Amino acid sequence: MSGSVVGNEHLSDHAARDLASKRIIVGYGFWIFLLSDIVMFSAFFAAYAVLAGETAGGPSGHDLFDLTNVAIETVCLLLSSFTCGVASIGSRAHNAAMYYGGMAATFLFGATFLLLEIHEFVGMLEEGAGPTRSAFLSAFFTLVGCHGLHVTLGLLWLLTMMAQVFAKGFRADILRRVLCFSLFWHTLDIIWVALFTVVYLMGAGG
Amino acid sequence: MSEARRADRAPGDEHADGREVADGLRGYLVGLLLAGFITAVSFFIAGTSLVWQPSIPIALFVLAIGQMGVHLVFFLHLTTGDDNANNILALAFGVLIVLLLIVGSLWIMTHLNHNMMPMDRLMPMQR
Amino acid sequence: MFGKLSWAAVPLDQPIPMIASGLVVFAIVGIFAFVTLKGWLPYLWRDWITSVDHKRIGVMYVLLAMVMLLRGFTDAIMMRSQQALAYKGPGFLPPEHYDQIFSAHGTLMIFFVGMPFVIGLMNLIVPLQLGARDVAFPTLNSASFWLTATGALLVNISLVVGEFARTGWLPYPPLSEITYSPGVGVDYYLWALQIAGVGSLLSGVNLVTTVLKIHAPGMTYMRMPMFCWTTLASNLLIVAAFPILTATLAMLLLDRYLGFHFFTNAAGGNVMMFMNLIWAWGHPEVYILILPAFGVFSEIVSTFSGKPLFGYRSMVLATMAICILAFMVWLHHFFTMGAGADVNAVFGIATMIIAVPTGVKVFNWIFTMYGGQVVFATPMLWSIGFMVTFVIGGMTGVLLAVPPADFVLHNSLFLVAHFHNVIIGGVVFGGFAGYSYWFPKAFGFRLHEGLGKAAFWCWLVGFYLAFMPLYVLGFMGMTRRMQHYDVPAWHPWLLLAAAGAVVILVGVVFQVAQLAVSIRRRAELRDTTGDPWNGRSLEWSTASPPPPFNFGVLPHIEGGDAYWEIKQRACRQATPDDEPAYQDIEMPRNSPTGVICAFFATFAGFALVWHIWWMVAAAALGAFATFVVFAWRDRAEDVIPAAEVARIDRANRSARASA
Repeated sequence: MSGSVVGNEHLSDHAARDLASKRIIVGYGFWIFLLSDIVMFSAFFAAYAVLAGETAGGPSGHDLFDLTNVAIETVCLLLSSFTCGVASIGSRAHNAAMYYGGMAATFLFGATFLLLEIHEFVGMLEEGAGPTRSAFLSAFFTLVGCHGLHVTLGLLWLLTMMAQVFAKGFRADILRRVLCFSLFWHTLDIIWVALFTVVYLMGAGG
Repeated sequence: MSEARRADRAPGDEHADGREVADGLRGYLVGLLLAGFITAVSFFIAGTSLVWQPSIPIALFVLAIGQMGVHLVFFLHLTTGDDNANNILALAFGVLIVLLLIVGSLWIMTHLNHNMMPMDRLMPMQR
Repeated sequence: MFGKLSWAAVPLDQPIPMIASGLVVFAIVGIFAFVTLKGWLPYLWRDWITSVDHKRIGVMYVLLAMVMLLRGFTDAIMMRSQQALAYKGPGFLPPEHYDQIFSAHGTLMIFFVGMPFVIGLMNLIVPLQLGARDVAFPTLNSASFWLTATGALLVNISLVVGEFARTGWLPYPPLSEITYSPGVGVDYYLWALQIAGVGSLLSGVNLVTTVLKIHAPGMTYMRMPMFCWTTLASNLLIVAAFPILTATLAMLLLDRYLGFHFFTNAAGGNVMMFMNLIWAWGHPEVYILILPAFGVFSEIVSTFSGKPLFGYRSMVLATMAICILAFMVWLHHFFTMGAGADVNAVFGIATMIIAVPTGVKVFNWIFTMYGGQVVFATPMLWSIGFMVTFVIGGMTGVLLAVPPADFVLHNSLFLVAHFHNVIIGGVVFGGFAGYSYWFPKAFGFRLHEGLGKAAFWCWLVGFYLAFMPLYVLGFMGMTRRMQHYDVPAWHPWLLLAAAGAVVILVGVVFQVAQLAVSIRRRAELRDTTGDPWNGRSLEWSTASPPPPFNFGVLPHIEGGDAYWEIKQRACRQATPDDEPAYQDIEMPRNSPTGVICAFFATFAGFALVWHIWWMVAAAALGAFATFVVFAWRDRAEDVIPAAEVARIDRANRSARASA
């Protein structure tokens, strides 16, 4: 994506006022990308919904899901969304303490979430309830794992963004990327809401 | 159009010119509390035997959609204002596709499973 | 060390692929040697390969499409001759090779001819029509192109190293599962499409943002040329549909690589779910291809009739209606799967409804021509050929939308005839129309008219000869993808179809000759004014080829048919406008990021196909490092000084004034 030189937000063109600002263009482009990501998740959701009953004699969600674990994961992601918001406010206010603090907290909550998820997956694998056991488990691991993969990439991006601000300061192009990162992180939280409702809460009940 | 373009806003941005830190924090805090509350209700309802059981999935759906709304408004700062029109339209298009895909797939596949013999029983018969 | 890869992967014992790939390798080495000897490599690297200029990237997309068209067309000729010869005999292609050829033909034609052709034209023209300096994300644009090229490269590597899929252009399970396709063919298909799919998706994001957010002053949505609207609709469909393809292919990959059970017969997997998901992408895909072609025809019909497009608003409405309806009809690709009468009826009716906005468009084009001074130049010939041909294809489509009829015709050659009827008659004709229409804009000289017209007539006649027999054969019960047959009644029709393919081949030869002749005679075909067709939209207001910054000063738009308005105003004033005040222009710097990412993606894809895990890890690391290095840059833009802008723009203005 395009960036620009320090403090060079204003197009020299006399028509600049009629063109959308770079922040809007970049933010909107990333917004469109996120929508496409949500559509990808919806395909995995559709597969899960269709295959949820196909346990092939293996364990069902009722046997496997531990709602306490899921509740802790949910709290972690929710808090990380909040701290990510703190970081983005900090970045816009050029408040380094707020930005680094918010990002670091987001990383910690995100990493905790990821560890809990890995722990859950490992436990299921040890019980012999891996993705090759049944179509239900294939769909479960793919859907939840895809979200986990996004969180992993998000954490990688988060560290990169902390390093970028450290190296370059609160430059306009860096701030645009922080905006995109926060959009990404909040969207992951929204997908998690759908996930814990459809997969865990409904699965554990049925 | 240039008028509207000038009042355009990047998705996720609260104010084109940034806002007071305290104001911004308050918004996120309200969002966090609301979302946390809805989450708690969801987890409670999923495990309770106090309510009529068949209503639980519907209640969970409604709560999830409500919580997504909270996230969109308080974390992603979507509003119904003119400056957000493009963002909302894009979101609406995305939501439409998501609904078509999930509801359509479920509808088609349920009818298929109803009409056709499952594969694992069909295949041995052909041998 | 090298996973499943060994010397046994190279099919040294099979003459046809070896000769073909030998020729290709010879041609590539020859071109490379020629370019190196001429000393053009630094120029190519600096001005094309690392270019982030939307015009250059558009040209490269179209070039990729045309080269792949030659490859895909070679496959077509082989299939037609096989079916002509294989009456009560084996023909010349063994079944496993024939299966790879029809799979490669479909895959190449859709993903590496149709997609790059329309995306190339959109890239080249849309920013010019909007009065913009470039697309929203120029470097991303370059990455999109190179990822698409990577996918094409992987498909072509499979010709030499290993094999290609034998499963058809959509790898239906359970045939495509590891149990029944243990070779690397399906893996080549899957990874090529995953990588190219990322390219298409990013290109979609880019163009949606460009059309919605980057305009010249006064270019409101309802003043945009029709091609911009169809670009918007098509790219919205890309953004919404390609993630479904990515997800579906990912599920098949998990089945094949890690033993998951999405589409297997065992452990509760559901084969039908693949058909459902792949067509939820596949149906929008056909509109992704055809909508830009509709836009091209709208521009051409209006220009060569000398009239504004009839019913512009209804056209916009029809385009956006198709954009939504495209997502509501996917079940008609598997009526026979057994979802039942009610589901089939709903999707059948939805399919018929989609013919309504399409019909609106056809009538609008006809009314645009009505009462106009129609000039029958090559682009206009393609457009008229399209209108006739596409209407026939559309009607057979409506016939197929009737579920009971579909139960009879499903999987027959009638279906093959139908989709070639709409894809050749629509997308390919649209691509060629746009190619001949915008060629002078891209290169500064026109294409040879006579050879262009000859190519058109060969294509048109050849198309009818090649595909009308397939309708008949479909009615006679011949199914698609047959390697041999022994029904006497089919044989003459298949001979006729083969003759049609030969006529198309003559058309292709004319096209190659046209390009060669036009390049040789470029001096006399030069377009000095930048407006060779008396055009109506903004791309004709700048020089041919346009300067890197497109417009010396951004034009102010005061109505639809923006450039026509500007010309009319200039005529009324009868004196040339005062020279505008030129200013410095910032343009994005060229960057090798895209091509380096694609370089790593090629290795990653190849390594994944052959299970060379260390190479996968190395390539992923390399791609991430490339991103970080790119993100660390401090200068994103170069400044073109006002004096330079003025010098270039003055030359264009004086050429125009003297014309």
